[in-house]
Amino acid sequence: MEDLLIQALNGLASASSLFLVASGLTVIFGVSRIVNFAHGSLYMLGAYVGWSLVTQLPEGLAGTSVGFWGSILLAALIVGAIGMVIEVLLLRRIYEAPELFQLLATFGVVLVVQDVALLIWGPQDLLGPRAPLLRGSTEMLGVRFPRYELFLIIVGPVVLGLLWLLFHRTRWGTLVRAATQDREMVSALGVDQRRLFTSVFFLGAMLAGLGGTLQLPRESVNLQMDLAIITEAFVVVVVGGLGSLPGAFLAALLIGELHAFGILILPRITLVLVFLVMAIVLVARPHGLLGRASAPSRGAAAAPDPPIGPTPRPLIVAGAIALALLIAAPLLLRDYEISVLTELLIFVLFAASLHFIMGPGGMASFGHAAYFGAGAYGAALLAKHLGAPMLLGLAAAPALAGLLGIAFGWFCVRLSGVYSAMLTLAFAQIAWSVAFQWVEVTGGDNGILGVWPDGWARDKSVFFYLTLVLCIGASLMLRRAVRAPFGYALRAGRDNALRAEAIGIDGFRIRWLAFTVAAVAAGIAGGLFAYSKGSVFPSTLGIPRSVDALLMVLLGGVQTLSGPIVGALAFAGLQEQLMRATELWRLIMGSVIIALVLFFPQGLAGAVQKAWGK
Amino acid sequence: MLDVAGLHAHYGRAHILDGVGFTVAAGEVAVLLGRNGSGKSTTMKAIMGLVPPSAGSVRFEGRDIAGQPPFRIARAGIGYVPEERRIFTDLTVLENLDVGRQPARAGLRSWDAARLFDLFPSLGAMRDRPGGRMSGGEQQMLTIARTLMGNPRLLLLDEPSEGLAPVIIERMVHAIAALKAEGLSILLSEQNLHFARLVSDRAVIIEKGRIRWAGTLPDLIAADDVREQYLSV
Repeated sequence: MEDLLIQALNGLASASSLFLVASGLTVIFGVSRIVNFAHGSLYMLGAYVGWSLVTQLPEGLAGTSVGFWGSILLAALIVGAIGMVIEVLLLRRIYEAPELFQLLATFGVVLVVQDVALLIWGPQDLLGPRAPLLRGSTEMLGVRFPRYELFLIIVGPVVLGLLWLLFHRTRWGTLVRAATQDREMVSALGVDQRRLFTSVFFLGAMLAGLGGTLQLPRESVNLQMDLAIITEAFVVVVVGGLGSLPGAFLAALLIGELHAFGILILPRITLVLVFLVMAIVLVARPHGLLGRASAPSRGAAAAPDPPIGPTPRPLIVAGAIALALLIAAPLLLRDYEISVLTELLIFVLFAASLHFIMGPGGMASFGHAAYFGAGAYGAALLAKHLGAPMLLGLAAAPALAGLLGIAFGWFCVRLSGVYSAMLTLAFAQIAWSVAFQWVEVTGGDNGILGVWPDGWARDKSVFFYLTLVLCIGASLMLRRAVRAPFGYALRAGRDNALRAEAIGIDGFRIRWLAFTVAAVAAGIAGGLFAYSKGSVFPSTLGIPRSVDALLMVLLGGVQTLSGPIVGALAFAGLQEQLMRATELWRLIMGSVIIALVLFFPQGLAGAVQKAWGK
Repeated sequence: MLDVAGLHAHYGRAHILDGVGFTVAAGEVAVLLGRNGSGKSTTMKAIMGLVPPSAGSVRFEGRDIAGQPPFRIARAGIGYVPEERRIFTDLTVLENLDVGRQPARAGLRSWDAARLFDLFPSLGAMRDRPGGRMSGGEQQMLTIARTLMGNPRLLLLDEPSEGLAPVIIERMVHAIAALKAEGLSILLSEQNLHFARLVSDRAVIIEKGRIRWAGTLPDLIAADDVREQYLSV
């Protein structure tokens, strides 16, 4: 009984921190429609900056309440200012870019911040001081409970109340709520929306910073804080309903308590519990607990996707030359380079499969690795448990991925926008945790080893040719499908779902089919990946792998058919080279991504296409 | 007051305005007449900076404002009332008005909620009602009131009579007359000559992105051929 009470209070304290971060995220999203991946980085910076301030206080202030609480507030303000700088220097310039492109930019910021934090504060965990006045514990209902946790429990509702007053009792708040609905109209009424956006970013970033710096007395500061919190914060925001502060608060409570009690009751599925709950909430309430179906914000000014014309002759020539080079490559390269090239081809197909639903389908997926991983595991499981030959394994890969696509897709394609993307993430996490925790079958974290090609394909060149045929073949078929009547129907539904339905297109079935086709293609890539590496680990369907796919597609350009190919080659190639060359590959990679976003907002292939058009 | 010359605008590759030019004099009510798709709304949006003009000039009180961001144009003294009304549906009537509020302007009696409720009495009875729960006519009044809160010298009214019941249209006619009496200059767009003749001094006819005719309302009424060619449906 006492344990339960303590867990419940722990859950409430975590919920408060989670709410601080999620509230900032939801406010920023509401106005700017930017899915700010860097929000977790701001949280982490809050903790680091707070740590530096507290530990470097001048003589008279060190260890005092004024010193500690002053540092906490100052750290939050500093992070708010950092958020403002990010908005002014980066995001402000790309509001007009295609949807989700800003996500790419903020992911670049994540990478840069990780290495900057590493350079400034080093790789070791940093321990913060205890909070003056709130040391020790209080007896409550017969249990001793840390005072600082009690304080955190109060912070959440207080911040919620203050935010409510800010948004409903000040003109600034009224303007923000108006801009959430129709920012163009707000500016036509004489409001400088650039300044409004910047101030919203300040508020959101400050809340993230406050959430981070308030963790100091609770846990150590480390470089993993950013990605750990951002996933949870996304979940909270989506479960609560995008843009809804009370929703975020409710969802934070729900998630906080789930964590606290999940450990007691179902330790084996704690990792996935949160995502399971998100999936259930989204299936039952497609706009989150307190969210409402909202029309897309007016004045978001995303230009419609340009139509897809026939492949221009120079591109066919370039493609033919590239293909000829690839065919000749094994004769000229060493084994290691052939392996790298094989992997690049696999990523090309992986990216092309995601592009198929993101570009022509208009559905973002944050969990595409699930199908890549399903393919890899499908092949590996057959090889391990049944000793199946490679070709059978390679056939099983798309089959398993396709089945998963049929099952998950049925739910995901009913939703739209960020909700749909988050549901794909939830399913991917569920698939990941099956691979991670069903140790008897999947080997858990140890993965499945010894998944080697059959004798005839063991030679690197032979396997390379096999990969070439399958990946290029499948990519070309996806390309063909976009130009087929099926592709017309898919694009029609993306451009205007209602009108497409009105002329007799069954949008749901078309999207479902597209989702499944993309899963099958990703499965082929995954199967090849398993045999090329000789092993499979849960990381093949982890979040980072999904993010890689997103980055490839966005880098190359969503609106062009060649985008994913260019993007995969650029991203995977660059990452491979950078990781070998420097410790600070994240800093360089992040900077490159940011530069690309600023200078080629249509993606690499889009930029080439545009230059060609002129 | 307003002097538009050689205005061009594009949506993507579509050439919508093809050298539009006309003027609005201080204190007058001018009407931009034309059929559906003739370029009326785009002209308004181009003046307001919501559609960036690709060429031409928009002079307002002697200053060229073409190419400026919408908020600067609004602050310069042009109020824009969109055709689709674009009420903030989550905000109450008073909050909607608050969004439109701008500082007082020299030589102009400044608008506040109380004065606007005199002009549109029905709004006063629903100050705390969310914009999403109002009828079309009420929303039309609110959108005009919201724009007036910015104390404009020139009001752009995009199809104010569209989709409204006759009794509401009548009230709109009175409101426009009252605003004119305040000294406000007004440019409205209309397909409906009947409404236009009740409120306007002068008409400008637009067709396929070009100005085809300009003159006083009585002249237009007399010119059967012009109406036949550009306005009859």
